[in-house]
Amino acid sequence: MIGGWLKQRAARRRPASAGSALDRRQGAWLLGAAALTMAPHASWLPPWISGLCAALLAWRGLLLWHGRQAPSPWLLLALTAAAAAGVRAEFGHFFGKDPGVALLALLLGLKLLEIRAARDARAAVMLCFFLQLAIFFEDQSFPVAALALSASLLGLAALVAQADPNGRSGEHLRVAGTLMAQGLPFMLILFVLFPRIDGPLWGLPADAFSARTGLSESMSPGSISALSQSGEIAFRASFAGEVPARRQRYWRGPVLTRFDGRTWQAEHAQEAAAPFHAADGKRIDYTLTLEAHGKRWLLALDFPGATGAALRHTSDFQLLAPRPVRSRVQHELSAHPAAVAGLAETAATLAAARRLPPGFNPRTQALAARLAADAESHEQILQRAVSHLRDAGLLYTLRPPLLGRDSVDEFLFGSRRGFCEHFASAFTVLMRAAGVPARVVTGYQGGEINPVDGNLVVRQLDAHAWSEVWLAGRGWVRVDPTYLAAPRRIDDGLAAALPAGEALPFTLRAQHDWLRNMRLRWEALSNAWNQRVLGYNPERQRALLSRLGLAPGDAWRLAGMLAAAIGVPFLCLLLWAGRRRRSTDPLDRAWQALSTKLAARGLARQPWEGPHDYTQRVASAIPELAAAVRAIGVDYASLRYGPHSDGARLAALRKKIDALRLP
Amino acid sequence: MPAAGTPSPPALFRRWLLRRPGRPETAPIELRSRRIYVLPTASGLSFAVAMLAMLVASINYGLSLGYGLVFALAGAGLASIVHAWRNLAGLRIRPGRSEAVFAGETATLHFIIDNPRKARRPALRLKLRGAETTFELGPLQTLAIGVACAAEHRGRLQAGRTVIETRWPLGLIRAWSVFVADVGCVVHPAPEKNAPPPPENPAEQGDSTPSPQAGDDDFAGLRPHQRADSPRHIAWKVLARGGPLMTKQFAGQQGQELSLAWTDLPPGLDAERRLSRLSAWLLEAERSGRPWSLALPGTSVPRGSGRSHLLRCLDELAYHEEPGRADGT
Repeated sequence: MIGGWLKQRAARRRPASAGSALDRRQGAWLLGAAALTMAPHASWLPPWISGLCAALLAWRGLLLWHGRQAPSPWLLLALTAAAAAGVRAEFGHFFGKDPGVALLALLLGLKLLEIRAARDARAAVMLCFFLQLAIFFEDQSFPVAALALSASLLGLAALVAQADPNGRSGEHLRVAGTLMAQGLPFMLILFVLFPRIDGPLWGLPADAFSARTGLSESMSPGSISALSQSGEIAFRASFAGEVPARRQRYWRGPVLTRFDGRTWQAEHAQEAAAPFHAADGKRIDYTLTLEAHGKRWLLALDFPGATGAALRHTSDFQLLAPRPVRSRVQHELSAHPAAVAGLAETAATLAAARRLPPGFNPRTQALAARLAADAESHEQILQRAVSHLRDAGLLYTLRPPLLGRDSVDEFLFGSRRGFCEHFASAFTVLMRAAGVPARVVTGYQGGEINPVDGNLVVRQLDAHAWSEVWLAGRGWVRVDPTYLAAPRRIDDGLAAALPAGEALPFTLRAQHDWLRNMRLRWEALSNAWNQRVLGYNPERQRALLSRLGLAPGDAWRLAGMLAAAIGVPFLCLLLWAGRRRRSTDPLDRAWQALSTKLAARGLARQPWEGPHDYTQRVASAIPELAAAVRAIGVDYASLRYGPHSDGARLAALRKKIDALRLP
Repeated sequence: MPAAGTPSPPALFRRWLLRRPGRPETAPIELRSRRIYVLPTASGLSFAVAMLAMLVASINYGLSLGYGLVFALAGAGLASIVHAWRNLAGLRIRPGRSEAVFAGETATLHFIIDNPRKARRPALRLKLRGAETTFELGPLQTLAIGVACAAEHRGRLQAGRTVIETRWPLGLIRAWSVFVADVGCVVHPAPEKNAPPPPENPAEQGDSTPSPQAGDDDFAGLRPHQRADSPRHIAWKVLARGGPLMTKQFAGQQGQELSLAWTDLPPGLDAERRLSRLSAWLLEAERSGRPWSLALPGTSVPRGSGRSHLLRCLDELAYHEEPGRADGT
């Protein structure tokens, strides 16, 4: 069956004549485009797939170099089947983004080996285009975009080389570049005006956003210190006025109330369109640009003020997006750092904030009982707990030892080494054991101001956990137990707080000043890129269109505008293409005019006819004009071949030709 | 098409679409912008489908750069329409000289194509009568382009409807133009294979026999022996080598005029086979260097010899009561 099909296919192919077989330069363009397209994928595809693709490309290159054509279709079929089986084994299924990209990459490698006709080469270029798009699943940064664009350019050059096998390589690239450059106005117009649609068109495969780092709804020892290894940007904020001090920059994420002895989890919180606290006091306005993290929380600065957008406030003072943040979003937000929150907290919430799993951490319970003994108020207990922890000799480190069942006991009385989650967890347990309502808040703390563009950049390594204690008359009060042991974490950031020798992303280390400087510049550039290019979303498009005078939802006018906007550059192109250079020689033009005039009688000048022959022919065909035409021929010949050129005589000749009337 | 009543618009459209430009156009034929058409090729359509799929993927995954990539490629595709069109615009086509051939051979029809622009015109193609030639023109270059096509029937082979097309630059768009240039050649009747020798006119043979010695020394070739041949002219050497019985021909026989006439042919032969045999005889006469005359019903060519005489006679054969000649296709 398959053999017959293969034979049929082979028979249908045109014989390898000039233009259909892949010559060396055509192959070079194609391989270049494929290699440049695959290069960025190598960093996220499974290594065996990248390796196989590289091997297929190299094989094709060798065949090309030795002037040999494609290997047997049977071998390729077997290879394809094996590759598909490998992808199936690697991912467990064929559906979704990752196996799809892996399959496409392998198909491209195999297609390159299979090329026998121009059509195959074009199909390979289309595969390249698809894979260039697939790069953006993983990375949409500026350099990657430039890389994808150069790969597209090579792909176009490969197409040009297919159409024009005799042209020089430089010309292939020049034509491809011209096409890209002339396509640029279309690209800009469509990019701005093409209607942007919110959200996916259909349910996305589960792995669409798998590669997201960030906070989660629960916290167990080690979950935040894992984030601290990542220099990835979590969000950016640009403040309208002065940037608040580092010690005030607590960005609120999930609030964790339920504790099972090891893991902290979020309690269900109410949602409403308005904040649950009285948003008053000093107000800070800022714009938050949040990277996609696949969750709803927006990481607003404490405590968020009312917003105009369709954002939701929770009863634990978080700000949530209506849907999980699947792409970079931007919001205008405000914060009221001095607001009093949770004065009239419900009894249920307070009870939940006092609950501890029984039978855990007996030494901490005993300590809490000591602290709570004969205390007059919760404030006093808090004071005592704070001073106890400050003097307990706790050490802040990214590499705390593993803890057992009674994790708080082991941390407070055993290892005494921990990261912020250990501090927050231990302090909250201690307060609860003493009868004070307390909970853990996760989020980000601090952030770094980029001096190049003045924006605040908050990274994953700024992820932090702190505590909140409820005091009658004061509501929820933030207590950061990490500050007690490592004040520099809060005052100067993570890099300053850690002892030298602990692992941190290379560029964040304090001693590389010039590197830091470069990084800051680079991040300012990519922020601009993110804002202007990647951040162009349906809301911004609506804003822009309404500024252009287009009401939202006016689809017909938008379509008309789009058509007109595409028509204009196309017309310009047509004008460019249709312009004709007039002959620069006036004598030539005059002589041509005579032929054009006589062409109406079928007497156009044949190119081999000299002035004498031509005028003789015309004279015998139209005897009425014989004398005039002969005179014109003589004049032209003497002007063309005579020793002098003469403006007056040229004008006279032109007049004679003009005056000629066909009878 | 019914003779009465006005034809329906679709019929008119079809007639316009399939109209056969009949008469050759005046040279030079300049490919002005209005007579150049563009449509996507199969590759162009699949490119469009691919772009659509990529656009849907960009929308679905919210890839801002995906939009950018799709629109950049689509923009390049749009620009390539104009480039394809421009690759043909302004070309000037004139008929070239095409050599006569015999029916059943391959005729090469020549067009002189002139590129008035100071830029290369790559990947051009001429198509006519099921044959095609790919070529390119350098800046300001004028080339004679030959298209080899089968000459099946005697008569005039006219290039007729000729298509010049290009798929440059990306192969996604085909630009083409149709023209009818006055290009063609004569197709002579195919000479009959193994034709009997031309008849020797008895009367004239009688006149010329006394003086065969005049050129006896100029050996001109061999031909199969016939009974009437003088034994003096038998090629004994050939016979001695085991070859067939051959007769030596001498230049001295030049004087023997042949008169080739339609009416001398056996009555059982049909017209085409008669022409075919006459064609073979004309060639034979030219080869042997003897003068000949040709008589066809309704026309005759007086005695003569030489290449131009041969061509004139062959042309007469080619155009003899020409059967439904297929030009303009």
